[in-house]
Amino acid sequence: MKYIDEYREGRIVQSLAARIASQTTRPWRLMEICGGQTHTIMRYGLDELLPASIRLVHGPGCPVCVTPLEVVDKAIEIASTPDVTFVSYGDMLRVPGSRNDLFRVRAAGGDVRIVYSPMDAVKLARAMPHRRVVFFGIGFETTAPPNAMAVWEARRANLTNFSMLASHVLVPPAIRLLLGSPGNEVQGFIAPGHVCTVMGYWQYEQLCRDFQVPIVVGGFEPADLMKAVSMLVAQLEEGRVELENQYARSVCREGNLAAQRIMADVFEVCDRKWRGIGMIPQSGLALRLEFASWDAERIFDVTGVTADEPAECISAQVLRGLKRPTDCPAFGVRCLPENPMGAPMVSAEGACAAYYQYRRHSIR
Amino acid sequence: MCLAVPGEILTTEDYGGNRIARVRFGGITRQAFLDFVPEAEVGDYVMVHVGFAISRVDAEEARRTYEALEALGLLEPEPGTEE
Repeated sequence: MKYIDEYREGRIVQSLAARIASQTTRPWRLMEICGGQTHTIMRYGLDELLPASIRLVHGPGCPVCVTPLEVVDKAIEIASTPDVTFVSYGDMLRVPGSRNDLFRVRAAGGDVRIVYSPMDAVKLARAMPHRRVVFFGIGFETTAPPNAMAVWEARRANLTNFSMLASHVLVPPAIRLLLGSPGNEVQGFIAPGHVCTVMGYWQYEQLCRDFQVPIVVGGFEPADLMKAVSMLVAQLEEGRVELENQYARSVCREGNLAAQRIMADVFEVCDRKWRGIGMIPQSGLALRLEFASWDAERIFDVTGVTADEPAECISAQVLRGLKRPTDCPAFGVRCLPENPMGAPMVSAEGACAAYYQYRRHSIR
Repeated sequence: MCLAVPGEILTTEDYGGNRIARVRFGGITRQAFLDFVPEAEVGDYVMVHVGFAISRVDAEEARRTYEALEALGLLEPEPGTEE
């Protein structure tokens, strides 16, 4: 496929690995923030092609993984309501709530469905006027505009049986928190290419300046990521601190203004709790008051039961990049993708699941 | 979750106030909303995420990036031949 295959060519990736090895004179610790990038790194073994002195730390960029327990519990409660058809992106169904997950709600007779696009949920609401259709609106800035369009469309069509349980998260406040935390050892960031496709990269220029850390906007194919690492290492070795854009075929400085507009029309910035991390001020998006009639949290009186994560799960440290999944005693033993203890084992983009899928046979 | 896949726009049509395209990804064709890329035309490549095109692939930038990578692949010695 055009714009995919050429960025997976082995000889190019190998050459980039050789270049990085020749550039590197000191140890550097880099973080890729996006779970999609983590998945590519594990799938293609890019970390193993890098010199031992370059360590890639995996960031909290998996929306499924960071959706707070209370919201998962709310989803489960709403989905268990008899006249509700609960609609979600697939990965959310296996995320453990405090006592249950959405798959079990479905097994118990609940109408829980998976869709590819939020507009499919709107279509369902149109087709089933006698059911209340609730869409689980999660995701980073990449997904927020499509989700916003679904709500916008529901209002335009006056669909009173459609609503959204919204739990969107924003990347820059999370990077700010990680860089500002006392234990931070990350020296360079690969910024998420598709979040920046929507938002542009001007916010990341600010992060560069504030924390004096180089940032490269990276794509998602192996050659993209190796090139982004090479650009970061070059900056670090030369003592430069800049925002560079490796993913220029999709990302420009201003981002996608049409997408940003609809997002701002429908959502407003709010404080948001991240699973495994805690409250991050101004790091989420919630439906604006004028869309209250489509806000599932207002429609359904859900008071989430709060519960603690399993004590053994170290996902909090994994999501902050302080520990590797394989440092966890439960990894691959009591915590498995079929029966996850923590959210990073659920999604294919979660660091624990990626390690389990691609690295479990090579663990020291 | 933030996965977006490049595909080629085959046709476009207006449908209930939205501009919709048929987009080809390798062997399969899917529908995508073009609301965020009003400038996209038939023959353009767009990055599609959850049924929405979120950008038009900049063919010129893609060519430049790839040529830079390609040059690297040709000029650097094969891995393992050093030392």
